[in-house]
Amino acid sequence: MLRERQLSNSSNRSAKMQMLAASAPLRASRRNFLKAGVAAGGGLLLSCALPGLAKAAAMGPTEGTSAVLNAFVRIAPDNVVTIMAKNPEIGQGVKTMLPMLIAEELDVDWAQVRTEQALLNPTLYGRQHAGGSTSTPQNWDPLRRIGAAGRQMLVTAAARRWNVPESECETASGQVRHTPTGRTVSYGTLASDAATLPVPDLKKVRLKDPKDYKIIGHSIPGVDSSKVVRGEPLFGIDTVAPGMLYAVFQKCPVFGGKVVGANLDAIKSLPGVHHAFVVEGTTNLNGLMPGVAIVADSWWRADKARRRLDVKWDEGATGQQSSAGFERQAAELGAKAPAQVLRNDGDVAAALKSAAHMIEAAYSYPFIAHGALEPMNCTAKVQDGRAEIWAPTQNPEPGRALVAKTLGIDEKDIVVHMTRVGGGFGRRLANDYMVEAAWIAKVAGVPVKLVWNRADDIQHDIYRPGGWHFLKGGLDGNGRLVAWQQHFVSFSRNGKFAPSADLSADTFPAGRVANLSYGASLIPLGVPTGPLRAPGDNALAFVFQSFIDEMAHEAGKDPLQFQIDLLGRDEMLPGKGAGFNTARARGVLEKVREVSGWGQRKLPSRTGQGVAVYYSHLGYFAEIVEAAVAENGAVKINQVWAVGDIGSQIINPTAAVNMTQGAILDGFAEALHQQITIENGRVVQANFDTFPLLRMSQAAPIEVHFLKTDNSPTGLGEPPLPAAIPALCNAIFAATGKRIRTLPIDTAVLKA
Amino acid sequence: MPDDIPIPTDTPYRWGEWQTGSIMQYKLHVNGRDHTVDVDDDTPLLWVLRDEIELKGTKFGCGAGLCGACTVHIDGAPVRSCTTPISNIGSAAVTTIEGIGDTPIGARLQKAWLDVDVVQCGYCQGGQIMSAAALLTRNHAPSDDDIDSAMNGNICRCGTYARIRQAIKQAARTDLGSAATKKRT
Ligand code: FES
Ligand code: FES
Repeated sequence: MLRERQLSNSSNRSAKMQMLAASAPLRASRRNFLKAGVAAGGGLLLSCALPGLAKAAAMGPTEGTSAVLNAFVRIAPDNVVTIMAKNPEIGQGVKTMLPMLIAEELDVDWAQVRTEQALLNPTLYGRQHAGGSTSTPQNWDPLRRIGAAGRQMLVTAAARRWNVPESECETASGQVRHTPTGRTVSYGTLASDAATLPVPDLKKVRLKDPKDYKIIGHSIPGVDSSKVVRGEPLFGIDTVAPGMLYAVFQKCPVFGGKVVGANLDAIKSLPGVHHAFVVEGTTNLNGLMPGVAIVADSWWRADKARRRLDVKWDEGATGQQSSAGFERQAAELGAKAPAQVLRNDGDVAAALKSAAHMIEAAYSYPFIAHGALEPMNCTAKVQDGRAEIWAPTQNPEPGRALVAKTLGIDEKDIVVHMTRVGGGFGRRLANDYMVEAAWIAKVAGVPVKLVWNRADDIQHDIYRPGGWHFLKGGLDGNGRLVAWQQHFVSFSRNGKFAPSADLSADTFPAGRVANLSYGASLIPLGVPTGPLRAPGDNALAFVFQSFIDEMAHEAGKDPLQFQIDLLGRDEMLPGKGAGFNTARARGVLEKVREVSGWGQRKLPSRTGQGVAVYYSHLGYFAEIVEAAVAENGAVKINQVWAVGDIGSQIINPTAAVNMTQGAILDGFAEALHQQITIENGRVVQANFDTFPLLRMSQAAPIEVHFLKTDNSPTGLGEPPLPAAIPALCNAIFAATGKRIRTLPIDTAVLKA
Repeated sequence: MPDDIPIPTDTPYRWGEWQTGSIMQYKLHVNGRDHTVDVDDDTPLLWVLRDEIELKGTKFGCGAGLCGACTVHIDGAPVRSCTTPISNIGSAAVTTIEGIGDTPIGARLQKAWLDVDVVQCGYCQGGQIMSAAALLTRNHAPSDDDIDSAMNGNICRCGTYARIRQAIKQAARTDLGSAATKKRT
């Protein structure tokens, strides 16, 4: 039972939690505006407008009138509580986790709760996206306050009904109880009364003491899982719009190429084909690119017709670009001084010269695609200057803006339904498929479902960019790292670092090596790049954490202890969010040493353990991989230990462990198998035979631990991934003495 | 694909040379119900299920027999419906993820999937359960190696493999449990 008095007693702790939340680097706005109203059919309706969205608020009449759809919380007379899930569900579990936050503070039983996917409406819901592991840090505080405000209104309604002081009332399981008399009344009964009360100040509502949590911190299965295992339609690709036709869209295989002409008449005469037309498109690599659309009465017929399509392309300048060419340019640039200096501490040249030991190494990694299992798709209806869109997108708001701009429709006339998403991994932060579907629907004059085939998906991804790093490191006579020189050869778009191709000057070990320089040289790129799960970090962790491991071995020190020593004293170094907290990095390293029994077991020959630690998207992970390398070079991962610090609370432990294991396996897939090759400006790979994903037989057991620290909770989609790759490569070195400096791992070089 | 990963090629049906690509009428027996569809004879079963019969649980992942998202049973055998033309089905009984719960093994697997909380995005899971149901039908107590070889054709991009393995084992155990109960009574 949650008592008002207990709440007062624990308000110190609550205040502390609020302070923690307030110190969260990606905190959401402090001021929230809550509205109450009577729901259609009776009951309490709580909706909330997050401020700073004045533009969206001016959008028009839908807000406020369609109150039931726009509500965050709806309490029906039968005591069923419906909570809107505001962000897209891409498998990260937010459709379960975000409503848990509200339900906890509302003080209802999870069994009473139904969750519903909200429509896109940032005026009501604030930012609605799934990216950057931000759902937790952005919503942890505001959503709990919405729940707490609702609870407070229900208590007030009960106290008035009984004519007793509120302090004599307590709540639990969706009921208010008058403690002295033992009377109870359900939230459902009180809801209509509560709806007429003024809404409390969200800043002042009292939050629970975490020790009283009954939902947060308890494993709650995914809310849609029972539908998933029965095969019910949930995903974007399952959408059916009345009267819709099916579309495919053939873009130029060379990025940015334009259509000169196509055999449209021949295509239109094929069975089932209703429309075939050229889309002029734009020059936005993440938007509507030129191509040919085919609209037919079945997807199969549309895709079949495409095989007869004969398009004359103007391939443009990117047709000259290739992976082999990039490789050559990188080698040339790497041999010169960097074109730009990102950071320069001390005197690196002198320190390298006087170092007791010096190592030189060149690291590189390829472009890779996302390979979400649900191919890109979108269903759209465009009629009379209005659009309705069903999109499996991670980022609906910019998607709507893109459609509005490209089609010349007002944003307020576009309704976006967020469907369940069959994998995001950052690919669906872009909305190219969304604007394609909308454009094709507009031209065809009928609702269409656009579905890409797998080749479209792999050959028109927004790729994780490749990169090259030319490194020198120096140790002093005591084996301490005293010099670090790094020349990053990366890619540019419009003269700047291409998306997700940059290197922050703060990247660790910056600040911990007296003589350190980071520089960069850029190769102009016509291939679209962008975020892949743990963008930047998924590549940089491999380079930095492998080279630190090299230095540790060169120094003749235990690699894990070398890492701890390098972190130095507990301190906040400049970095993303609030910065890089060396104490938290040390904490996860010490814990992973303990749980893995690091260095304490004698391992068989050609078996080794590797360690890595990384700070990514506000979370800290240290991971140890134990790998065995066969005589023929095949790598088998025996066991993984992962320790994460994502703050004071693991909101949904079952989902947290699942997500961590998945992210680590994702890292292994990248390290072991994945690469996209560009030839003549186009992608060579086309399906999962040439761009392999990890399979069951390769899925190593992963033991996951969380270190709870006094920091505001943060997300988990990305943080576990980066360390997995260098931990694996460092394990391979321990097993074989061969250093992996190029991804994907070439097992041929690992032969005994 | 590295050669150390066998991908099950237990699809008994192959593209034939005899499809003409022109429209035909087919009678299909799916999840115990009869359907009549008019489609091109080269249409993969996948698209007939999804877009003609409106059973959306069978998923399109690769269209090339590489991912297993489209796995269904044809007369009990696991088949990649994306590479199985409708003209090859004949009078065989098709079972999809929507129908597998009507079998005891399917129901146990679905329950185990929920108990273990396997699902991340969920897109692969229908196909995973179909492959697992075929495995448990022929092998009541699969070893880890048995699970690897039966499930290696089903990709889970989200990496839920550990839980898939655990759920299969749980469903197998409840099977043995119920068999033992039967024996005693
Ligand atoms: S869609 Fe059939 S195996 Fe991938
Ligand atoms: S749960 Fe996402 S692909 Fe398996």
